[in-house]
Amino acid sequence: MTDILNALVLFSNFVLIPSLAYGSQLALGALGVTLIYSILRFANFAHADMMAFGTMVTVLGTWWLQSLGISLGPLPTALLALPFAILAAIGMSLLIDRSVYRFYRTKRSSPAIFVIASTGVMFLLNGIVRFIIGPNDQRFADGERFIIRAREFKTLTGLDEGLAIKVSQVLTVGIAVMLVIALFMFLQKTRMGKAMRAYSDNEDLALLSGINPERVVMITWIITAILATIAGTLYGLDKSFKPFTYFQLLLPFFAAAIVGGIGNPVGAIVGGFVIAFSEVMITYAYKKFFMYLLPQSMAPEGMMQLLSTDYKFAVSFIILVIVLLVKPTGLMKGKVV
Amino acid sequence: MTNSLRPVLAFSIMAILFLLVGFMQSWSVALAIFNLCLISSIMTLGVNIQWGYAGLFNVGTMGFAALGGLAAVLVSKDPVPEAWSAGGLNLLFAVLVAIAAVSAIVLIFRRMSKGPGRALVLSPVIIIGYFLFRYFFDMATQDIEAVNPAVTGYLGGLGLPIILSWVVGGAFAAGAAWLIGKVVLGLRSDYLAIATLGIAEITIAIMKNEDWLARGVKNVAGLPRPVPYEVDLQEADWFISLIETLHSGTLSAFTGDDRVAQLATLVMQSSSIFVKLCYSGLFLAVLLIILTMSIKALNSPWGRMMRAIRDNETAASAMGKNVTKRHLQVFIIGSAVVGIAGTMLTTLDGQLTPGSYNPLRFTFLIWVMVIVGGSGNNLGSVLGGFLIWFVWIEAEPVGVWLIEVSTTWMVESNPVRLHLMESAQHMRLFTMGLVLLLVMRFNPGGILPEGIQKERR
Repeated sequence: MTDILNALVLFSNFVLIPSLAYGSQLALGALGVTLIYSILRFANFAHADMMAFGTMVTVLGTWWLQSLGISLGPLPTALLALPFAILAAIGMSLLIDRSVYRFYRTKRSSPAIFVIASTGVMFLLNGIVRFIIGPNDQRFADGERFIIRAREFKTLTGLDEGLAIKVSQVLTVGIAVMLVIALFMFLQKTRMGKAMRAYSDNEDLALLSGINPERVVMITWIITAILATIAGTLYGLDKSFKPFTYFQLLLPFFAAAIVGGIGNPVGAIVGGFVIAFSEVMITYAYKKFFMYLLPQSMAPEGMMQLLSTDYKFAVSFIILVIVLLVKPTGLMKGKVV
Repeated sequence: MTNSLRPVLAFSIMAILFLLVGFMQSWSVALAIFNLCLISSIMTLGVNIQWGYAGLFNVGTMGFAALGGLAAVLVSKDPVPEAWSAGGLNLLFAVLVAIAAVSAIVLIFRRMSKGPGRALVLSPVIIIGYFLFRYFFDMATQDIEAVNPAVTGYLGGLGLPIILSWVVGGAFAAGAAWLIGKVVLGLRSDYLAIATLGIAEITIAIMKNEDWLARGVKNVAGLPRPVPYEVDLQEADWFISLIETLHSGTLSAFTGDDRVAQLATLVMQSSSIFVKLCYSGLFLAVLLIILTMSIKALNSPWGRMMRAIRDNETAASAMGKNVTKRHLQVFIIGSAVVGIAGTMLTTLDGQLTPGSYNPLRFTFLIWVMVIVGGSGNNLGSVLGGFLIWFVWIEAEPVGVWLIEVSTTWMVESNPVRLHLMESAQHMRLFTMGLVLLLVMRFNPGGILPEGIQKERR
């Protein structure tokens, strides 16, 4: 019995909890990608860099608040800086939309042109972020680190395996859940949310019924900026902030959005967790897990690892490619224009 | 300005830029930039064949360039017989198992009708195949990587002249493109972009982690060169006498020991320039061959068909053109060109460093070159490759200079000034984004738009 409990705790500690946190971060990022895709109808390659931009403002704000001696006690100071970062990201998004994307929107350019323009924006934002904060790793998490430490858990329960839960992980999941609920309430209940869904379903019909397209687009950028900044800050609190790492998150975001069905907000969330869980589960070495579950004589010899940890990032791309080939509409029916 | 003058003018400006670098920095720097410009142009030609001719949105350039680099190692490095005897047999078994499993899967997939029955048969085949493969493969890699891991620890190459690898690199990329194109070309444009981006990342991940293949992140250094080494040149009599005659004017001012010392420094400097010139000659030859072929192809019936498919797929297929096949064909050709450029780059570097492949530099920068140069115009691509690489390299020194000039009123140790100086190198990313967006907005055809060629025809 204790063996089964030990195996479960081991699994939770190394697979379940990290994947839940990572999945929430991916879900928030993928929601942004999916919203832009369904309203503006292109794959936004600059999304991860907008996330880096927002997070950079959070980091700078956190340092400023820390220098003033302001803190949130056990919670990270970054949460106080977050609103300012969101404002900055919204401003930047709207500025970019005005100066770059609106021109192509009025011209009704093809999606490929939008994507190339977004790579231009990607370069710009990447340059700005590196110019201001530099290309190095920045840690900005403060306050209490753990809710429960592995050792405390062991003495508490008397099991051999420990379970550690970080504050950042709980924050990530909690904030993500609240944000998603708020987003869905907005999309389902408010006038603007309904207008957005209508615009996404059929642009011309929406225009005909008096929906102001520029307003819809503006609200979309605002929501996306909020999601990106929060996702980036949570990822940074959980791990650390490094511009190149954030840039690389672009593909897992796309993977999550497409796996779930691009253009479908529920799909983005499902996709985020599918990608996160498969990344962690496929590269986890199950040797110890099986040693608890199986009798001594059947103990496994190898590491019981499907792919080496180095391929963690590649897993999401492999899933992405497979889904693109087998079911391009994604798990939850998205739209393929 | 007449249209035929435009390329002449553009390339003249480019030449003046190089002369400026030569006089203001040094000729060695100018040649180093020139060589990389040549390689960038070839890569850009490859992407232009896909995007400019046929409208294929491939952002997996990095992967093909890396495959080309791999070819350079696999062709030119000496084989490691110990590694072959240690793990060769198991590797062979692993390959056989993989082939058997994949063909069984394909067979089942084709022969059985869709439904739970097929899934039931398919899943054990996949699982057993994978674990059997891993069983042999893990043994093989372990044995291979254990052979003198500090120096080799990989299978080595064929020990052939590295210049052969330029062809092999193209073939590698073409093979990969065939495989990839078969599966992803049916996707719509931005899905194709995401898929190719992902596949390029997978390629790099494999090259980083499969040490038995090309040492992974431990890098393979010291690739043989297609051109002489500086050290050999400095000792070769013909080279010394060549320098003596070339610089007889400068040398005549010196006598005795001074003259010997002066000659030695001149030989030292000239040897590095000579080596770079040799590379330039080789690269230029490849560029000219590929450029001529591209221009001829674009102006042939085949090229017209490609542009017809690009502009209206439905109409082209109504005219009896097989759009899928032509897309695959052009995807393979373009990727092969990128692969050749990738091999040339690794040859120039003299080493394969999988960790240095970065999508910003190897994919998106190439795209900036295509768009800025003028998509659909081969000369435009060459110009784009030259100009953008030049800006990419020179943005840093110019940025540093600009910051120095604009902050002269600050104290030497002013933290803002120091931060700006330190960050100057990141200006190149910003510059690239700005250039791309400005060209797209105000000159969507690029510097040398496609139309020029149409009118000349």
